[in-house]
Amino acid sequence: MTTPAVELSGITKRFPGVVANDDVNLRVAEGEIHAVVGENGAGKSTLMKILYGMQSADEGRMLVGGTEVDFSSPSEAIEHGIGMVHQHFMLADNLTVLENVVLGAEPRRRGLIDRKAARRDLEALGASYGLDIHPDDLVETLEVGERQRVEIIKVLYRGARVLILDEPTAVLVPQEVEELFRNLRELKARGHTIIFIDHKLEEVLAIADTITVLRQGRTVATVDPAEVTAHELAELMVGSELPTPSTEPRVADDHVTLAVRDLSVLDGSDRPTLDRVSLDVHRGEIVGVAGVEGNGQGELIEAILGLCQTSGGQLLLDGEDIGHWPVRRRREAGIGYVPEDRHRRGLLVDAPLWENAMLGHQTMAPFARGPFLDRSGARSATTRIVEHFDVRTPGIDTSARALSGGNQQKLVIGREMAASPRLLVAAHPTRGIDVGAQASVWAGLRAARRDGLAMLLVSADLEELIGLADRLVVMLRGRVVAELDPATTTPRILGGYMTGADE
Amino acid sequence: MSVRRILMAAAAPVVAIVFSVAISSVVLLIAGTSPLEAWMEMLSYGTRLETLVATANRATPLYLAGIAVAIGFRMNLFNIGVEGQYVLAALLSASVGAAVDLPAALHVALIMLVAMTVGSLFAGVAGYLKVTRGVHEVISTIMLNAIALAAVGYMLRNWLIDGADTSLNMKTPEIPPSGRFPNLNGVVETFTREITRGRELWGFILVAALVGVLFHLFLTRTRVGYDLRATGLNPFAAEASGVDPKATVMRTMLLSGAVAGLIGLPEVLGDSYKYDLAFTRGLGFTGIAVALVGRNHPAGVAIGALLFGWLDSAAPILDVVGDTPREIVSILQGVVVLSAVVSYEVVNRVRRSQEARDAAAATRPKQEMEA
Amino acid sequence: MTALRELRSLGNSVVLRWTVAALGLVLVLSVTQELARPETTDLISAGTAEATLRRAVPILLAGLGGIWAERAGVVNIGLEGMMILGGWFGAWGALEFGPWWGIVIGIAGGAAGGLLHAVATVGFGVDHIISGVAINILAPALARFLSREVFAQRPGGGITQSPRVDSVGDVDVVFLSGGDLFGWTTPDLFGWVDDRGWFLVSDLCAVLSGITSDVSWATLLALALVPASVVILWRTSIGLRIRAAGEHPVAADSLGVNVYRMKYLAVVVSGGLAGFGGAFIAIEQTGIYREAQTQGRGFIGLATVIFGNWQPVGALVGSLLFGFADALQLRDRTAVHALLLLAGVVVAALAVRAVWRRRSTSALGLAAVAAMLLWWYSVTDKVMGELPPITPHLATLLVLVFAGSRLRMPAANGLRYRRGQE
Repeated sequence: MTTPAVELSGITKRFPGVVANDDVNLRVAEGEIHAVVGENGAGKSTLMKILYGMQSADEGRMLVGGTEVDFSSPSEAIEHGIGMVHQHFMLADNLTVLENVVLGAEPRRRGLIDRKAARRDLEALGASYGLDIHPDDLVETLEVGERQRVEIIKVLYRGARVLILDEPTAVLVPQEVEELFRNLRELKARGHTIIFIDHKLEEVLAIADTITVLRQGRTVATVDPAEVTAHELAELMVGSELPTPSTEPRVADDHVTLAVRDLSVLDGSDRPTLDRVSLDVHRGEIVGVAGVEGNGQGELIEAILGLCQTSGGQLLLDGEDIGHWPVRRRREAGIGYVPEDRHRRGLLVDAPLWENAMLGHQTMAPFARGPFLDRSGARSATTRIVEHFDVRTPGIDTSARALSGGNQQKLVIGREMAASPRLLVAAHPTRGIDVGAQASVWAGLRAARRDGLAMLLVSADLEELIGLADRLVVMLRGRVVAELDPATTTPRILGGYMTGADE
Repeated sequence: MSVRRILMAAAAPVVAIVFSVAISSVVLLIAGTSPLEAWMEMLSYGTRLETLVATANRATPLYLAGIAVAIGFRMNLFNIGVEGQYVLAALLSASVGAAVDLPAALHVALIMLVAMTVGSLFAGVAGYLKVTRGVHEVISTIMLNAIALAAVGYMLRNWLIDGADTSLNMKTPEIPPSGRFPNLNGVVETFTREITRGRELWGFILVAALVGVLFHLFLTRTRVGYDLRATGLNPFAAEASGVDPKATVMRTMLLSGAVAGLIGLPEVLGDSYKYDLAFTRGLGFTGIAVALVGRNHPAGVAIGALLFGWLDSAAPILDVVGDTPREIVSILQGVVVLSAVVSYEVVNRVRRSQEARDAAAATRPKQEMEA
Repeated sequence: MTALRELRSLGNSVVLRWTVAALGLVLVLSVTQELARPETTDLISAGTAEATLRRAVPILLAGLGGIWAERAGVVNIGLEGMMILGGWFGAWGALEFGPWWGIVIGIAGGAAGGLLHAVATVGFGVDHIISGVAINILAPALARFLSREVFAQRPGGGITQSPRVDSVGDVDVVFLSGGDLFGWTTPDLFGWVDDRGWFLVSDLCAVLSGITSDVSWATLLALALVPASVVILWRTSIGLRIRAAGEHPVAADSLGVNVYRMKYLAVVVSGGLAGFGGAFIAIEQTGIYREAQTQGRGFIGLATVIFGNWQPVGALVGSLLFGFADALQLRDRTAVHALLLLAGVVVAALAVRAVWRRRSTSALGLAAVAAMLLWWYSVTDKVMGELPPITPHLATLLVLVFAGSRLRMPAANGLRYRRGQE
């Protein structure tokens, strides 16, 4: 067998609390398009960061073109002909395409940047690879697909032979995906090797020569797309067995606590990130939202909370139209919120714990009395939360920053649950929490459900979804594409919907 | 509040002061004078009763300025316009005060109310521009400062001037005795000897102290204060908790301007009883320094105000004795501010890592027990 | 056919657009002058033009300083302080070594202030505005102390001022303004046309005469820094990296650019430019260092940064505008009154343009301002003395309020940057 372009063997990478990569093996042949697939948390991004020199592995070897390497920075990877196109583009809006591409590697003539030569090289690259770009455009004016082309040219300009693309189709519409694949095939024809991370299986099957599946940090399989169906792939990604669903009796009644009707949200370029989504959450029901991250779940949550503008649709809380209510009113009405990014939306990291326990509830008892804060009430409430939810801390005056991620998360969940909300909106609530605490949080959620809590649960943890949810909805590309019963659904079906295998 | 915590909190300003004294000493050595002599002179003169009275008088408006600025800083709003706000407020409130005659307490209260309203409204302009048009408050307040000072000059010259006065000093009519704030010499003298040289301890220091206490209570005990602090710490989390960002900006600017309005009153109500060309300017900018040194905390700002006030009051002795230029004190003040902000950053980082280590240590035994 | 294409490409060129705008401005000023004739003749004259240029230079230099720093993502409020340092060290250098050395040492003084700002903000992560404010407090204190030590000992000096210093010398442009060519005084073409008194043409030549006679070498140097800044920032490698540091430092870092170093460099240059401005005031404008003579021009320079949309040429336009207002009020108070008429007309035109662009709130606001200005002009004879010095501040505020959203600040301006913090 000819020397693979890239070979990773036995790569292991640990972070506090989680093993991101566990003895991962990846072998990418020269001149092939190799897809790396897996769910969130499967370890794909970490693996690519290691390959690109942005992280270093704890164990294992890396070989590029047969030579063993160990990158300590992206510059070294670039020197070895590896280029990365990030999922979140690294382009300066106010600079032109040309400036973004040559930055750091500017061609010079008589002390000034040789724009003519740069323009010539760019246009040559563009022509030869079929990448349509105009060097003098301001990046700000470019569409997403065009920006991606600029990123590709950026790595080609630096002589990359191996291109890594991180979720390249995440932000593209179908026509743009077509264009991208055209470009990838051209690159392959010119002898480049392409590794790309994706979770949309129909795309992967359409373009890749080889597919490596990662699950929970491990290599699960390496397959030939010609010999596998989308459903089989989905099963590999998600696992052959789903966790056992809850055996608790359903307590949901007919009363609809939250009604979402045709809700839409547009992004900065007027594309719908949430596309006419409708769903109901009944009293005493947990509705789980499954789907790969970035398919509109975040926008749905923000819209319900009132943190982003909607472009259409209705939100009804216990029958009342809350679409125009400010955030505070919604919180006071009993909407609890466990945010996806606790550092951004959930905590005041430099404030003591007891002040964090008030966040979101600072206008209500026991934290406030009239216009004043009730410090003793707040402190005792915090102590209760800390004890009940097992938040490990030296005291309630410690600042939140000092706590570990898991304990911070426990505090956030604890404070939301302690306020007895009528609707709890939670995104990845037990992310980063150890198994024991996770189980107790779930028990608490179930108990609250028995008492009438309605909950919208967004999660990437299938055990959580299947174990807690009464109903599952699957979101893909901003739409609800399926409603499933967790007790009867299979990995194939669930994975299939999550990855668009049926499209 | 453990001892360690207090030490940590005091570390940064102490480091800043030590560093500044060191730098200033070096500067003095280069200039060929003896730093030790200079500091000794300042200490001996500076601890005399009269100088301490002057210190308190100087510190009072500085404290108010520091609090006004700190209100904004706590929310990451930079109200650099305190200077314009307080001068405008002083002129207008002095004019109103001279035009009416009310029973003492009411009279003073009216003057204070006018001053606070003027300061508040003027700061509100910058807040309004920020909220509606996104104009950054640093630039707008700096511009408004210049406009305010020009307006003050115009108004004094044309409308508010004391027609009876024929001297070159333009001033507003004098405020009648019912509108003046009594001094505290009587109170002080029961503990110490008689205060000589005609120095008076301005009574407004009590108001300033009250403002400080109210500020502290506001921040720590009210819902609105919590919202303000939360926005300063993490505007995204604050928004998710229900804080209205625009309303908070307006509220903060109005409050900051209201306190700024009071800055000129110690002098107007306790010393000059009018607004004239000799009115002390520049307190707004020194207030920013005081707020920075005091880390926007009511007690810290008090220490900063007293420090700056003492330095200003003790400096004149250097002109008289020895050959140290008194300007070394200004340098000291400037270096204190810069080194204070730098050392706060550094100490912050140290404190955070220490706290993280503490938290990890505290939680480990429990985990080990469970294992 | 190619000739037509040439003409069209010329028509599109920026140079032509600016020339047309400048001529248009001269026309407007001429007309206004005629309307205001019995009142004042100084609205457009050689003397005013010359004063405008001289008053504009320090503002321009502060503006360039602001642009350099902010293009790298660092807000420099401390320009005022750096100008003070430049002024002091400029005067001292001029006294000790001569005027040109004064300029050089003044630049160094300002650059030192810039270095301090860079260390605090880039090195220690102090908030940009706080650091700038601290420097503005430290600089005058330092200047006062140094004056006491150095200037007070000398005749003519004191703790708030230095002895007189010489300027670097003037030049008249040859042929156009009667400059010297090998000892022979050439004809003064512009001056001659000016004296004819022809409408518009004479006024135009008056302006040109003003800016080409008795021009200080330092002024020419300062003006040269405008195209120099454009070339360096937009055409060189270093310039691109500096701008990238201000637009998207993470992207720049991922491509191997040393973002820290770029920021340091830009901020030191920024301080140096401000220092030049301060030195210019001391050496060229007043001939003396005096305390508080910067008069807030560091902040006005900052205003031109915004006014000029973070472009050197924009800052030049802004500084000329503010310099014009400044010069006018120094030379002829009554002329400022005529300026109200001019301003009213200009703002009214902007209001019309806003209507045409369907920006109703802006249009309403601008129309209100225009109406107020024109009413003010008609009911008064002269303008209060306090107004002219604050015209730049008012203008800046208006620009920010009505055009703020159209301006494009460097994307990562003012943000605390720490490597690897994603």
